[in-house]
Amino acid sequence: MKRLISMAAIILAAVLGLAFWSHSLAKAQGATGDNTLNLANWGDYIDPALIKKFEKQTGYHVNLETFDSNEAMYTKIQQGGTSYDLTVPSEYMVEKMRNAKMLVPLDKSKLKGLSNFGSLYMNRSFDPGNKYSLPYFWGTLGIIYNDKFVKPGEIQHWNDLWKSKYRDNIMLIDSARDIMGFSLRSMGKSMNTTDPNTLALAKAKLDQMSPNVKAVVADEIKMYMAADESALAVDWSGEAADMMANNSHLHYVVPSEGSNLWFDNLVIPKTAKHFKAIYAFLNFLTNAKNAAQNADYVGYSTPNVAALKLLPKAVRNDKQFYPDENVIKKSEVYSDLAPKTVGLYNDLYLEFKMYRK
Amino acid sequence: MKKTTNMAFYVPYILWILLFVIAPMLLIVYQSFFNIEGQFTFSNYATYFHSSTYIMMTINSVWYAFLITALTLVISYPAAYLLHYAKHKELWLLLIILPTWINLLLKAYAFIGIFSQDGGINTFLQMMGLGTHQFLFTDFSFIFVASYIEIPFMILPIFNGIEELNEGLVNASRDLGAKWWQTFTRVILPLTMSGVKSGVQAVFIPSLSLFMLTRLIGGNRVITLGTAIEEHFLTTMNWGMGSTIGVILIIAMVVIMFLTGERKKKGGRRA
Amino acid sequence: MKSLKKWKWTNLYLIFVFIMLYVPIAYLIFYSFSAGDTMSNFHGFTWTHYQELFADTRMIQIVVDTLMLALLASLIATIVGTLGALAISRTSRPVVKNSILSLNNILMVSPDVIIGASFLIFFTALHIPLGFLSVLLSHIAFSIPIVVLMVLPRLQEMSNTMLDAARDLGSTNLQVLTRVIMPFITPGILSGFFMAFTYSLDDFAVTFFVTGNGFETLSVEIYARARQGISLEINALSGVMFLFSLVLVVGYYFIQRGTKSHKAKLKAKGAVTNEATH
Repeated sequence: MKRLISMAAIILAAVLGLAFWSHSLAKAQGATGDNTLNLANWGDYIDPALIKKFEKQTGYHVNLETFDSNEAMYTKIQQGGTSYDLTVPSEYMVEKMRNAKMLVPLDKSKLKGLSNFGSLYMNRSFDPGNKYSLPYFWGTLGIIYNDKFVKPGEIQHWNDLWKSKYRDNIMLIDSARDIMGFSLRSMGKSMNTTDPNTLALAKAKLDQMSPNVKAVVADEIKMYMAADESALAVDWSGEAADMMANNSHLHYVVPSEGSNLWFDNLVIPKTAKHFKAIYAFLNFLTNAKNAAQNADYVGYSTPNVAALKLLPKAVRNDKQFYPDENVIKKSEVYSDLAPKTVGLYNDLYLEFKMYRK
Repeated sequence: MKKTTNMAFYVPYILWILLFVIAPMLLIVYQSFFNIEGQFTFSNYATYFHSSTYIMMTINSVWYAFLITALTLVISYPAAYLLHYAKHKELWLLLIILPTWINLLLKAYAFIGIFSQDGGINTFLQMMGLGTHQFLFTDFSFIFVASYIEIPFMILPIFNGIEELNEGLVNASRDLGAKWWQTFTRVILPLTMSGVKSGVQAVFIPSLSLFMLTRLIGGNRVITLGTAIEEHFLTTMNWGMGSTIGVILIIAMVVIMFLTGERKKKGGRRA
Repeated sequence: MKSLKKWKWTNLYLIFVFIMLYVPIAYLIFYSFSAGDTMSNFHGFTWTHYQELFADTRMIQIVVDTLMLALLASLIATIVGTLGALAISRTSRPVVKNSILSLNNILMVSPDVIIGASFLIFFTALHIPLGFLSVLLSHIAFSIPIVVLMVLPRLQEMSNTMLDAARDLGSTNLQVLTRVIMPFITPGILSGFFMAFTYSLDDFAVTFFVTGNGFETLSVEIYARARQGISLEINALSGVMFLFSLVLVVGYYFIQRGTKSHKAKLKAKGAVTNEATH
């Protein structure tokens, strides 16, 4: 008993020590009440040096909280209890949040440098007139191939994935919308199809591809592809950029019949309080130099055309991540579907994952 | 007087059950009666029991949880037994817990590296002239990694069970001419059964709802109920269906508890 | 001679188990010295990731907060869980016992997302602000069942005759508890604490749902980084934390042995005689 009590005492002392340490660390970072900005972002999705620079320039302290799924972030804001000033949902989630009246409209008079953004990336269907959102990064859905196993030019269309020579050699990103989406696209249908019969056909087509599918994985797909584990993968351009940085044999193709176009966007949720800091931060990020630095750090495609001009030529002219305008025009942005349709997509997708050979 | 002091001891635990078990459980049960559009319905349960997909998933979950538990037990029992006789056994025990403090996702990533085509194991096999093999996305690697994660949770209770084993009984059994195997099955195993039981509970129950490893290491070739719940909560936002599966998991667990739990307390186990 | 042989064989098995447990961790730490960006292909030795780590005050704060939370939550969970196990062991009717145990295990069988989502609804309904407190309460909550599972077997092993004897000798209930029961179940309590600590360190989904106001744990940060690819800075962090806990554990063990040297000697003797009899 004595032993237990002394142990408990030691643990309590350690907790107190850690609490003190944590407190002093928080102080050193300048977190005091009102001059803060609560930013909810995907993990490691902003250059930490930029945050430091912003804090130094303006005196605001950035409180960074991270999330790893749009839906989880949505749930938290909807339930209340959070105090986010800014968050970074994907395009369909912007639409969903907008419809749920969870967003505060942007005050355009306080925004500087809106002209930095390319017109291709503005005024999209999920937020007409950019009333609520500014694009943060954008990209496509496409096919990554490893030139050790696949010749350049062999892969150009979604239908190529069904070829029997790629047996057990394709990895898919674990996402119902994207997988169902490319199957629909390969049939010449819209990625926002709501007709149950068409969706069933798309799923049946996916089943035929099943022998080629090696695995359905999420973020770890980057590790797998970098380690030559599979010849082909279907994934987003941002992830592709990450894996290509680690394996020079990898290349990214956006099928010519078009694909999905995704956007991550800065929005102000209704929980926001520190509006001065918000606009200071938005303007800071819109600044061409800062946006270029951020794009360089994150490695995704930036919608900030002014920033793009500051990036190295090799990046600017990379057709893999800054494809031609006509490819972009052929590609679709996901719209926020009715819950029932989302459910249908996921049920079919789950059945596809269960289906073997 | 005695009664009240006793009660004071139990209050925190009972409060915990009321606030953090019963309240959330009622919430889950309540939610399971709503469909994706927020209307009251029994259709979630109907869907579950009529869909071959979900039945298949349930079978998968139970089967893989069983395999994981069995493998973990087979590895852990001898380890716990041998630890009991080792020098510095408490230190070794702490060293068995230590790896659990490293983040699960990182350990899974390490296994991806170890099992991959040009990873450690395949390099070794190639050196031995056995060629490379596909380990990732196989049942083997999935069960292996899951067992790896669970081993400390199994060793600990079994070790505690063996610790209180009365050496006198073991020695007596030997002196009476029992073979090693007989001593083990007739004396050691029955006396350490309670530790084994709590180890099995600590491993089997959480294994029923595994989802992350099924994706990371199993490449979603194995779909369990955990995967479906994850999808319903985080992708479809169909909390009703997710809760329904949750309720079914809970009921399955309760059934297992009553089947494996003690019946009548009379005599028997202390023979 | 025979015992010596057996000793070697048994050690071999334990060594095998330990190697298995430590290989992935060695792998992680190995790559923390790689000049590359990911855990594939070693690109030459560097300390860069460690320098990055020690310059990253946000990360250090997260680690400090995580440890503080895990220690406090597992301490409280251990206390409540032990009391719970005492309560369960005293109920004599099997039906009641099995029912309580089933309730106990509900949080273990429910996937984290369900627990996280329902705790979130629960906390917001009660107007408990999201942040350190809500995370602490949740961690205590989901760690209690494992403590009960670790403590209970030892309590059930304890014979009633032992307790009766103590009572007959005139001990009060409290004395029986502190002098007889507690020492006997101490190993179970310690296991419970360590397992609770593990649960707390590992949890991601529940913490994510119930956290707020800038409070973040290491797991949440690591999972959130997965989309961008986890940098080797995290490997370096794991290396540091691992080394730190190793030193702590080994140091603690030997300090304990030092203070109880007499007891330890006896124990060692006992171990030797045990060995000899086999």
